Amino acid sequence: MGFYLAQFLTGLASASSLFLVASGLSIIFGVTRIVNFAHGSFFMLGAYLAYTFVNILPHGVLGFWGAIIVASLLVGVIGVFLEITLFRRIYKAPELFQLVATFGVVLVIQDLALWIWGAEDLFGPRAPGLGGAVRILGEPIPQYDLLLIVLGPAVLLAVWLLFNKTRWGTLVRAATQDREMVSALGVNQSWLFTSVFFVGSTLAGLGGAIQLPREAANLLMDLNVIGEAFVVVVIGGMGSVPGAFLASVLIGELNAFGILIFPEITLVLAFLVMAVVLVVRPWGLLGKPDAVLRGADGPPEQPLKPFTATSKYLVWALAAALLATPAIADEFVLVLLSDILIFTLFAVSLHFIMGPGGLVSFGHAAYFGLGAYGAALAVKYLGVDMISGLVVAPIAAGLGALVFGWFCVRLSGVYLAMLTLAAAQITWSVAFQWQDVTGGDDGILGIWPAEWASEKMAYYYLTLALVGASVYVIRRIVYAPFGYALRAGRDSQLRVEAIGINLKSQQWMAFVITGIFAGIAGGLYVYSKGSIFPDELHIARSVDGLIMVLLGGIQSLIGPIVGAVSFTMLEDLVTRLDYWRIIFGGVILFIVVIAPEGLAGFARKILPESLTGKKNEGVQI
Amino acid sequence: MLEVQGINAFYGQAKILDDVSFSVGAGEVVALLGRNGAGKSTTMKTMMGMVSSTKGDVTFNGETIKKLPSHVICQKGLGYVPEERRIFTELTVMENLEVGKQDKRPDAPFWTPDKLFKLFPNLAEMRNRPGGQMSGGEQQMLSIARTLMGNPSAILLDEPSEGIAPVIVEQMAFTIMELKKEGLAVLLSEQNLHFAKLVSDRAVIVEKGSIRYQGTVKELEENPEIRDAYLAV
Repeated sequence: MGFYLAQFLTGLASASSLFLVASGLSIIFGVTRIVNFAHGSFFMLGAYLAYTFVNILPHGVLGFWGAIIVASLLVGVIGVFLEITLFRRIYKAPELFQLVATFGVVLVIQDLALWIWGAEDLFGPRAPGLGGAVRILGEPIPQYDLLLIVLGPAVLLAVWLLFNKTRWGTLVRAATQDREMVSALGVNQSWLFTSVFFVGSTLAGLGGAIQLPREAANLLMDLNVIGEAFVVVVIGGMGSVPGAFLASVLIGELNAFGILIFPEITLVLAFLVMAVVLVVRPWGLLGKPDAVLRGADGPPEQPLKPFTATSKYLVWALAAALLATPAIADEFVLVLLSDILIFTLFAVSLHFIMGPGGLVSFGHAAYFGLGAYGAALAVKYLGVDMISGLVVAPIAAGLGALVFGWFCVRLSGVYLAMLTLAAAQITWSVAFQWQDVTGGDDGILGIWPAEWASEKMAYYYLTLALVGASVYVIRRIVYAPFGYALRAGRDSQLRVEAIGINLKSQQWMAFVITGIFAGIAGGLYVYSKGSIFPDELHIARSVDGLIMVLLGGIQSLIGPIVGAVSFTMLEDLVTRLDYWRIIFGGVILFIVVIAPEGLAGFARKILPESLTGKKNEGVQI
Repeated sequence: MLEVQGINAFYGQAKILDDVSFSVGAGEVVALLGRNGAGKSTTMKTMMGMVSSTKGDVTFNGETIKKLPSHVICQKGLGYVPEERRIFTELTVMENLEVGKQDKRPDAPFWTPDKLFKLFPNLAEMRNRPGGQMSGGEQQMLSIARTLMGNPSAILLDEPSEGIAPVIVEQMAFTIMELKKEGLAVLLSEQNLHFAKLVSDRAVIVEKGSIRYQGTVKELEENPEIRDAYLAV
């Protein structure tokens, strides 16, 4: 009995830190509608800064808690700085933009932390006076854990009072519902948003700082915590602080007891719970059905333009150039070109679901990885040849999309995006933890192409043929009646359903289509590398895809191709450098701020009409 | 005191307003009349800085407000009551009023919740009720009261009689006359000519984004052909 109580209390203690992070994320999302990946970085900075200040300030109770408070406030100030310099510019941008921009911040902060604090894990001191343990029912419970258990509800109460008993809180709750109206009533939104960012990032910083005595500060904290924080916020209901508390406790306990019952799938558990909650209660436990947020709409989507005659010639010229390349290029270039082609298909398939489909997918790596693992597992266990492997890949990915898509099309907006992310995390966790079958972290090795395709040149032509055909088919689908129905559904769900189209089944089919093509890319990838690791399923790979689509611009069919090419080449260039993340993150932020319509969109503005078709007339508001 | 000079506005590529000009004098009630989609709401949103105009100017007390953000325009004393009321449904009546609260202004009447409850007695009985649990008419009153908490010297009322019970419409007319008595200038957008006639000094008719008629309400009554051309359904 005592053991279970101890386990329960441990769960509550971890819930407190998680709650601080998640409530901050939830508050920021509630008002600004930004899905802030960088929130995990605030958490990490809180831990590192607390480490630094604990060493600077005099030792003892005052020094320790002083360090924690100073660190949290400093993280709040960093949040304010980012809000003023970056986020303020992208409040009206599409979700994708904001997400990718915040991911750019993640990369920059990661390298800054590496530069300032080094790569070693930094162990913090124990809290003075709370280093011991208390025996409860015979089990030792760390005193610090007991403090954390009290701290969680205390912060919940403080936040509740702040939101419900102050003018600031009233304004923030009003802005959560209708920013434009709050502004028309004389409230300066900019400063309201900045202050919300301060409160939210301070909470994240505090969450990281109080974690220091329990967990060494390390460079992986940011993405580790953000995944869990997203889960908590979604389960609790976006924007609901009490919901975040409830969900933190749920996840904390799930982890504490899950590890006893299913040690093999602890990572999946949280995401499975989230998927179940979203299907039963699409707005989370304590969330409210998402009223359409007013005053935050981006510009309307423009109709897609068909190729002009000149651009058709260009496409043929490009195809001819790609066919002729092996005559002049060496093997290294051919491998890079094959990579570019594979990621082009990955990006085009993601763009299909996001652009014409209008469904934001934050977990596209799932289908890429399912394709790759599908082929690899078929080779490992069934010993199939390459052609069969390349057939299995899209089937595996398509089946995955069939299952995940069924859940996803029932949701919309951010909840949809979060569920796609959860789907990818579930796939990743299985590949990572189910060692007996997938090889876990060691991956699956020795997946080589058939004899006839083993030459780099032959494999390049195979890749070119499959990618070219796939991209052509996707383009045809976009211009087919099915594509019209999808685009119409993106622009107005109600109107499309009113004219007799079953939008959900169309979107479900779109999920399967996008899954199949991402699976082809995954299959080609595994044979070109000869191996597959869980990394290919990770958040970072999904974000890669999003960056490619963003780079190219979402409102153009050429966009993802331009994006994938420039992304893969840029990645090839910078990842050889020591601090590549900061360069890469910087490039992303630069593009988001300077060329928000993406490279292809930017090009359309400056290229002649013979290439781009007639330019839009009229003045944009 | 409130002057609109040659503004235009676009939604995407569609031109919504074309060269719209009119003015509202101090303490005057002007009705902006026109059919659904004529451009009444867009005119008001442009005046409030919520929709941008590439041409023309909007001045308030002789000062241009065209490029200013909404909250600054509001702080200068121009109040806005939107179409569809836009009450904060999660907030109580008192909290809704709190959001609208601004400092006292020398050139405008000063409003407190108690003073507003005298003007809207229904609201006094539901101080702690969430805005989402009120009837359309009650929400309309709350929306006006919320804007008055900002102590405006002029107020834009976008279709206050739309979608509410006839008995409340009467009360609304009474309210507007009270506001006029307090010295507020009112720009009122309406499709309901009868209601507009009750309360307005002058009428401006807008159709397809352009001004088609300006004159006193009396003149409009004497020219049924204008009424039929632009207002008849």
